[in-house]
Amino acid sequence: MSNLIQGRTGEWEVVIGMEVHAQVSSQSKLFSGAPTQFGADPNQNVSLVDAAMPGMLPVINEECVKQAIRTGLGLNAKINCYSVFDRKNYFYADLPQGYQISQFKYPIVGEGAIVIDLKDGSSVEIGVERLHLEQDAGKSMHDQHPSKSYIDLNRSGVALMEIVSKPDLRSAEQAGAYMKKVRSIVRYLGTCDGNMEEGSMRADVNVSVRRPGEELGTRTETKNLNSVRFIMAAIDYEVQRQIELIEDGGEITQETRLFDTNTGATRAMRGKEDAHDYRYFPDPDLLPLEFSQSLVDELAAELPELPDQIRERMVGEYGLSSYDAAVLTEERETAAFYEAAAKDQDKKLVANWMSVELFGALNKAGKSLADSPVSPAQLGGLVALISDGTISGRIAKDVFADMFETGRDAADIIEEKGLKQVSDTGAIEALIDQVLADNQDKVDEYRGGKDKLFGFFVGQTMKLSKGQANPAMVNDLLKSKLG
Amino acid sequence: MSADKAIVDTATVEKIARLARIRLAEERKEPIAQDLNRILSWIEELNEVDTDGVEPLASVTGHSLPLRKDEITDGDVQGKVLANAPEEASGFFVVPKVVE
Amino acid sequence: MSNLLDLTALQARQGLEKGDFTSVELTNAYLAAAQETKGLNNYVAMTEARALEMAAASDAKYAAGNAGALEGLPIGVKDLFATNGVPTTACSAILKNFVPQYESTVTSNLWADGGVMLGKLNCDEFAMGSANETSVFGPAVNPYSAVGGADLAAGGSSGGSASSVAARSSIMATGTDTGGSIRQPAAFCGIVGMKPTYGRCSRWGVVAFASSLDQAGPFTRDVDDSALMFKSMASADPKDSTSAHQPLPDIDGAMAAGVKGMKIGIPSEYQMDGMDETIIKLWQDGQAWLKDAGAELVEISLPHTKYALPVYYIIAPAEASSNLARYDGVRYGNRIEEGGSLDDMYEITRAAGFGDEVQRRILIGTYALSAGYYDAYYLKAQKVRRLIRNDFDEAFKQVDAILTPATPSAAFPLGVKQADPVTMYLNDVFTVPANLAGIPGMSVPAGVNGDGLPLGLQILSGAFAEDKMYAVAKQIEQSAGFSEVPSRMAGGAS
Ligand SMILES: [Mg+2]
Ligand SMILES: [Zn+2]
Repeated sequence: MSNLIQGRTGEWEVVIGMEVHAQVSSQSKLFSGAPTQFGADPNQNVSLVDAAMPGMLPVINEECVKQAIRTGLGLNAKINCYSVFDRKNYFYADLPQGYQISQFKYPIVGEGAIVIDLKDGSSVEIGVERLHLEQDAGKSMHDQHPSKSYIDLNRSGVALMEIVSKPDLRSAEQAGAYMKKVRSIVRYLGTCDGNMEEGSMRADVNVSVRRPGEELGTRTETKNLNSVRFIMAAIDYEVQRQIELIEDGGEITQETRLFDTNTGATRAMRGKEDAHDYRYFPDPDLLPLEFSQSLVDELAAELPELPDQIRERMVGEYGLSSYDAAVLTEERETAAFYEAAAKDQDKKLVANWMSVELFGALNKAGKSLADSPVSPAQLGGLVALISDGTISGRIAKDVFADMFETGRDAADIIEEKGLKQVSDTGAIEALIDQVLADNQDKVDEYRGGKDKLFGFFVGQTMKLSKGQANPAMVNDLLKSKLG
Repeated sequence: MSADKAIVDTATVEKIARLARIRLAEERKEPIAQDLNRILSWIEELNEVDTDGVEPLASVTGHSLPLRKDEITDGDVQGKVLANAPEEASGFFVVPKVVE
Repeated sequence: MSNLLDLTALQARQGLEKGDFTSVELTNAYLAAAQETKGLNNYVAMTEARALEMAAASDAKYAAGNAGALEGLPIGVKDLFATNGVPTTACSAILKNFVPQYESTVTSNLWADGGVMLGKLNCDEFAMGSANETSVFGPAVNPYSAVGGADLAAGGSSGGSASSVAARSSIMATGTDTGGSIRQPAAFCGIVGMKPTYGRCSRWGVVAFASSLDQAGPFTRDVDDSALMFKSMASADPKDSTSAHQPLPDIDGAMAAGVKGMKIGIPSEYQMDGMDETIIKLWQDGQAWLKDAGAELVEISLPHTKYALPVYYIIAPAEASSNLARYDGVRYGNRIEEGGSLDDMYEITRAAGFGDEVQRRILIGTYALSAGYYDAYYLKAQKVRRLIRNDFDEAFKQVDAILTPATPSAAFPLGVKQADPVTMYLNDVFTVPANLAGIPGMSVPAGVNGDGLPLGLQILSGAFAEDKMYAVAKQIEQSAGFSEVPSRMAGGAS
């Protein structure tokens, strides 16, 4: 599939790199013992360290280091057993120290790569440049007062992983798929909750355009996009804006831009332009972070199965289509639900029932998988009853609808409603005899060569059995009776 | 890169004062430029020293970074955090409006 | 009660133990002494009520038989240490009304051992200076006066601490030393000042100047008191990532054992052009004393000594420019809201809040770290810093301790050197290398110059080997028999 964009004057290639900020799942902050929990009163989850009181010092949280290593492993990246924390110096109202503790020259995680899957079934490998640990800033609120901004430091000092991609992305769709994939990986690993509405994950997108095969164009950075939809919209807008600007004879300025969620447009950020000299230097309050390869190996051994590995297993061992496997592994919870439901069952059948019936019903009811009235065991139970011929697939749909509404087990519903499939040869023969007797004219026509009428007899027999007759047996018996 | 020719002029003083968020009165810029030049020329003695292959020394302690357990041991001290605030309102620090 | 002021800390501790006097009596004597010597401007805040409360508590501890190592001893605190509920200003306008809601680890250690807090002592603004002249409260004055009576610098940055201990308005005092800020004022004021190995005393709760160099230490009247106070100040602190977790050596044992058989290094590079001849003479005397006591003198070379000051004046301002970014008027400290925008607030607040020297150093540091100069200045300085450290590592393979002069001159009159920053910076020439290398250093009063002003000798030892440094210091003290007292001393002459 071509990603080239047709402009007025020819084709353009889009080049995108992303910086994803993912909040580390931890109890306390990166360098202080204050809680990380979302939703506290202003300045409640703040220690004197987070407020940068004179003489306060940072002490690093072990778990945040481990989470970064786990994430690095999940991104198939090189883990650096020696890394350094630097100060990134700039003034901002919600940056209490006047610098952010980050990692510049020596990040904890180096190069890696992940594979993203696109709608047309193709996959692309996207390079990861690095992952580093850093502190989040506080929050400024500009709408509380006409001439004042209000500052809440609850987020100040919360650990972030900044995951920087290589400029390998070529479309908004790819960028969206990349964000989803990164989110899926960190959620599988449990290193970030992936909650974009609460700001646990956000992305900066670097966008430029060029004529195919030419040098990289000047890029802009649109900051703080907190949903996949906004990421894609911001890129679309930025690509169009840049192409039009260049085609009109203008030039792109390298700048930081903000995305307006109401208008879908980006605009240049005011004021920040002279502040780009961050004066990085190693934080003298901290020492180099060093750990042994054996810690990395230990964490690697404990790592949960990741979506790509599970998919491989689903396709290879279970025989699922790669599409079904992709759907079932997008979320950790979905895969876990599927694995539980498919335990000892027909894997393909469970996959089918889950992605068609269950997701369909959940969608319609506006529910998430977590609130599913049908448990994995119950779905597995329904599939078991189809597999062993207790009910037909058609009846199963009715049973499922009941299950979804009442939360009852399939077996109970079948029992109570008497939906058990009829597999008794004598009973089915009796039904067939009656159908043939009632439709003697059609029998004659069939025997006269009108083969197509076979389906009619099947239908009538099933109808007469109220759908409970075993369709395979109906077929067989009809064939022998009609000769 | 060599710093031999580094000469601090008043434009440079303005630039670094801006980076450091210190507003300098006009008449202080020239004397400060002179001060900085005197200090920097003295500092340039360092170029005599051959430091090829020398690892920079950022910290003299022999140990590596100590790690802390992931436990909530702090926070919930809003009163202390805000105790010295020049301006506060309903639990927030208050500053002149920031335009993004 | 002036006799109480004559006692060293150890003597006072014994008197309290025996019940010769109470801590409340001792504390009152020191509070009165502080009043009497007010003209020296060494205290910036007195905490009388707290002092008397702590003293009464100490008396109760003695009565109960569970007195701590410093129980009931009245101590002054450099105004760089955060003291809970007591204004802590770093002697800067920008922090003039700042009242910390926490107590530094070092002062917590002192109070836990029974120390009584008298008040906060004057220092250079954010510890940046060599004469205590950059303090927003004005200079602390040396209790020794020049011939003719002119006021002399107490030294800096811990000028108030040195002045107070020398003038007997505190029995001991805390200081911090980034490039000599304990050792130089101790030498100027004729007392003992010690900078421990980097990491011995926690930096938690100490207003930072240059984080990789800052180290707290004691000011005392003699070497025994110094050991006593150091043992209390030092601790392995989990709140400071650079804190050392090495156990303290047996300092008292080392002092008792003496210097016999020790190898003392004499670095040729510490002989400087234009140095006061009395200082050269004193240095030679010191060598003779140690030799007489059975030590072996070894000539050593510390070839990168001359680069220590340039290295220091890149690294310290660079770290300071970043450490002082938090003083922005947002969360604490003095704010000036003019011009309307947040940036206006920052720039005007910081221009008004920081004095000239602090601004100069912030600007040097900002420049040294800025794009295009980082490699040429900061990285280069760190490499040369490594070479300076290597010099000492080599030296301590041959010797147990190093003897040098503490300062290139005796105390100078206030005001005279301020004009040229480079001349002022040269004051730290003998003290700065120890900060860059992270090794301990100590200044012991050992004699006087032609004008009767005190001079100090500096003893350096390897990292974490404070025991060796103290053994040498004790010998110097004994041999020197320094007995000068300043003219402006509580209970003393003028
Ligand atoms: Mg970014
Ligand atoms: Zn970042």
